[in-house]
Amino acid sequence: MGMLILKPGLLATFQDLGRRGFGRFGVNPGGVIDTAAARIANALCGNSDSEPVLEMNFPAPEIKFTSDCVFVLSGADLDARLNGSPIVSGRLRSASVGDVVSFAGRRSGAIAYLAVRGGFLLEDWLGSLGTNLAAGMGGFHGRAVRKGDQVEFGEDHSAAPRLIASHTLFPFYTPFPTVRFVRGPEHEIMTDRSAEVLRKITFSVSANSNRMGFRLSGPELSPIEPFEMISSGVNFGTIQLLPDGRLIILMADHQTTGGYPRIATIIPTDLPLVAQLVPGDKIGFHEVTLEDAENLFFEFERDLNLLRTACKFKLDAQNRP
Amino acid sequence: MGSGFKIVPLGLDAVSVEFGDAISIDLNERVIAFADAISADPFPGFVEAFPAYSSVTVVFDPRVVRRTSTTTETVVDSVSKALSERVDAAASRSSYERRILEIQVDFSPSAGPDLPECAKRSGLSIADFIRIFTAREYRVFMLGFLPGFAYMGIVDKELEQPRRPDPRSRIEKGSVGIAGRQTGIYPLASPGGWQIVGRTYVEMFLPRSDRPALLAPGDRVRFIQS
Repeated sequence: MGMLILKPGLLATFQDLGRRGFGRFGVNPGGVIDTAAARIANALCGNSDSEPVLEMNFPAPEIKFTSDCVFVLSGADLDARLNGSPIVSGRLRSASVGDVVSFAGRRSGAIAYLAVRGGFLLEDWLGSLGTNLAAGMGGFHGRAVRKGDQVEFGEDHSAAPRLIASHTLFPFYTPFPTVRFVRGPEHEIMTDRSAEVLRKITFSVSANSNRMGFRLSGPELSPIEPFEMISSGVNFGTIQLLPDGRLIILMADHQTTGGYPRIATIIPTDLPLVAQLVPGDKIGFHEVTLEDAENLFFEFERDLNLLRTACKFKLDAQNRP
Repeated sequence: MGSGFKIVPLGLDAVSVEFGDAISIDLNERVIAFADAISADPFPGFVEAFPAYSSVTVVFDPRVVRRTSTTTETVVDSVSKALSERVDAAASRSSYERRILEIQVDFSPSAGPDLPECAKRSGLSIADFIRIFTAREYRVFMLGFLPGFAYMGIVDKELEQPRRPDPRSRIEKGSVGIAGRQTGIYPLASPGGWQIVGRTYVEMFLPRSDRPALLAPGDRVRFIQS
């Protein structure tokens, strides 16, 4: 029961919702970079929310199923194919032994996910099955997948009912999003002019962006006076102001602490929009209150819960003897 | 410093409890004591708390906090309130049993490529630089950057070093570095900008242990020339 990697693609790793509890030892949480896409995929499969999924960049892997299975693709539109025929993502599908999933080209977004019903059999490291590349631990032998890897699936004998996630549940991926933020602890160190520029001007995603952080190019922002601080806590979505006046958005593989001013935090609802950007894409920022940010957060959680419950119900009904 | 502190949100699922903005043993004692206290007696929805130099990052699950909250205030507000009460109750010193570890360091030219330049910058001979560097006991303030990377200090004023203007793309595992008045050991090969003065062959990162780093905040370290 499993799948064979025919082509590895670019740095495809298994990720879950992160490894928690070891920050005091410098172990960062990691986890999927587009949490919405990954969680919707798991909901459609009837998996637990934190089940690991295969996170794929473009070029994405080519994968042959070595057993019958039920799977979901989600996230970026990488022109997915099943045995060469185009398939759309965001719905539950059946595959037979020997079927091949491939991706013909990047059409929108950057990161796609593969979830299988029953999950993947991976290595637990410190309570998480996700891959930590820096440590070389967790996931599939602590590394990105390679050609010839055989990855096993968990038990599953169910057939696939017709399950499709509503478009409205997915974030609206665009190469020029305006994302919402709440103020960070050092927001007030910026000049009024810089605070205004942050809200009015669009920035571009730089080439040296990865799972740790996205660097932005655009107008330089400046502190009112030279500002130094010692290392303190940061989070997924923290926007730091670097000494050269540029911004960096900390992403899923961010370190546990950082020493640059934290001027803002992108709200979790909009982080998937950032995750799906590629170098050259444009991004703008819009401030919201913490209260609004929390309301948006809980709205998505409610919608996802509804989807999860509905999928469970249908999957159970389908597989009732 | 007294009992001054502030709690600042880091998005929706974490706050930073900040006791100051300095590298100070007293502040760091409060930080470790608070991180320990909150971990030992967590609020509903608590996920983890970990120390930085003078602040504690507290991570929580907003869904659980909301579910168990009886008020209509924001999740961040109710967590901040719960934490404020605990800061007042927390001790100023942690009960963590401080360990003193001796770590053998190779200061040969291949192990510490920046040592000659650092000694020159400090106006010292290499031997004197090593003597002063190893004379002191260093405190582990926090871990970060990489799994098992301990930020230690405080390095003698005379040995203070700037970060390299051109960070190396690869620093060997076990390299002992200096940046400002901090010192640290790279637990894994990694890019980095610290001045490399020596190297240890002791494993700092213990991935197979449920305590995956040799050092923990509050520990003390002595470097021994090998």
